[in-house]
Amino acid sequence: MGVGINVEQLNAFYGKTQALFDINIAVLANRATALIGPSGCGKSTFIRCLNRMHETIPEARVEGTVRIGDLSVYNGTSATQLRRRVGMVFQKPNPFPTMSIYDNVAAGLKLNGFRNRKQLDEVVRKSLESSALWDEVKDHLHKKSGASLSGGQQQRLCIARALAVQPEVLLMDEPCSALDPISTGKIEELIFQLKEQYTIVIVTHNMQQAARVAEFTGFFLLGKMIEFDKTEKIFTNPSDKRTEDYVTGRFG
Amino acid sequence: MTGVAILTVALVLLPLFAIFAYLVYKGIGSINLAFLTQTPKPVGEPGGGMANAIVGSMVILGIASLLGVPLGIGAGVFLSEYGRNRYGDIVRFVSDVLNGVPSIVIGIVAYGLVVMRQKHFSALAGGVALAIMMIPTIARTTEQMLLLVPQAIREAAYGLGVSRWRTTLSITLRTATSGVITGVMLAFARVAGETAPLLFTAFGNQFWNWKTDQPTAALSLQIFTYAISPFDEWHKQAWAGSLVLIVLIVSAVAAVRLAVKHGTLSGA
Repeated sequence: MGVGINVEQLNAFYGKTQALFDINIAVLANRATALIGPSGCGKSTFIRCLNRMHETIPEARVEGTVRIGDLSVYNGTSATQLRRRVGMVFQKPNPFPTMSIYDNVAAGLKLNGFRNRKQLDEVVRKSLESSALWDEVKDHLHKKSGASLSGGQQQRLCIARALAVQPEVLLMDEPCSALDPISTGKIEELIFQLKEQYTIVIVTHNMQQAARVAEFTGFFLLGKMIEFDKTEKIFTNPSDKRTEDYVTGRFG
Repeated sequence: MTGVAILTVALVLLPLFAIFAYLVYKGIGSINLAFLTQTPKPVGEPGGGMANAIVGSMVILGIASLLGVPLGIGAGVFLSEYGRNRYGDIVRFVSDVLNGVPSIVIGIVAYGLVVMRQKHFSALAGGVALAIMMIPTIARTTEQMLLLVPQAIREAAYGLGVSRWRTTLSITLRTATSGVITGVMLAFARVAGETAPLLFTAFGNQFWNWKTDQPTAALSLQIFTYAISPFDEWHKQAWAGSLVLIVLIVSAVAAVRLAVKHGTLSGA
């Protein structure tokens, strides 16, 4: 089951440059929340703060509090422990190129010391079924490498890989930006099903996509969160003039 | 343009084939069962072989690889994953300088480090000398190969809650395996024919020796001794020894390549 996310007074920096300013947000469990905004507005930085990927960049740092379920992200939780509960799907599909399809999905469990073959088989099958890839790859799980799949399949493989460690939250950083419309459609359908079990935060450049998949939408501009509300409200009747300008295509 | 490319390829390959052809021409006549199974005969007696030197070379190279490969790869991992700073720059610089140190000097270092302590020449001392020569090549190629692995691949592993060292070992190094192996093989092939650093470390031996703390024969040393001798019979054997050495290096490199290719495909 998914859990909610609570962010209070989050500030993020790259060296001396501040990328995020006083972000406050409450993401509901088992809902999809979309983050929109022009390039460089900090939405990717923001979701990378939720699973502490931000700090893997040299000289990057974070201030403020983030709670995911009962977990305090920046206080007393190790980054590796946290990331097993908060999965991530990246902008460009990034399967492990030297691993088979099976090993790609099993990687998170195997590399953390889980070796029970029977249970691994089960988890791999379930994860690939959840990411709607099972039927396409079930006959060559061990023979084909993850890199031999098409772009859309690779991205669904990456989703399966993230689901295999059984997270509570799934972060998606522009998961469809490198994909064609058909693959995009499949992933959007997937998001719809996945939010029954996971809390989903998705960064997207595509406003139609936000409107299609997400119940809640946040609008970012220049490192600040301008508005956060029900998706319908953001797109039909936003409270802030800048949000209105952006969603109607007047800038950005 | 294609013509120029083909021409340059031919020019690059020509010396290799010329050397190999000449070695075969000069050496093949002296290679027989005795050459591969017997130890050298005293001066004046015909026949005999380099069996002890062939085995000795393998032992010394084995010791060198055992010491040099893990240290070299370890240094390369440090440089690429943790060495993006001043300390890394120092290690990088020192490694490049070490790469340029004449091999005879490295022989002296191994003499001081191992031979002086053991009080006699040994295969171990020879192995240490060759290992020191392997480390910088392996370290720098490993570093370059790891840097070619996209950051996105590392992030994928971090995102699954895999720790940094585990990511480095099981994801980054594994993704770069074929490149790292190329570096190792390059270093191996380079030191396999080295003579100077073995002169006063392994020293050479006319008889069988199975102990790593005793003077040990090596093909390159045997070739050197025989080539500067005044005897025709020995000259022929030196040619044969050179041919055997080259064949050994080529087959070792080919075998490792094959093994790695097989291992990667089966997803081991």
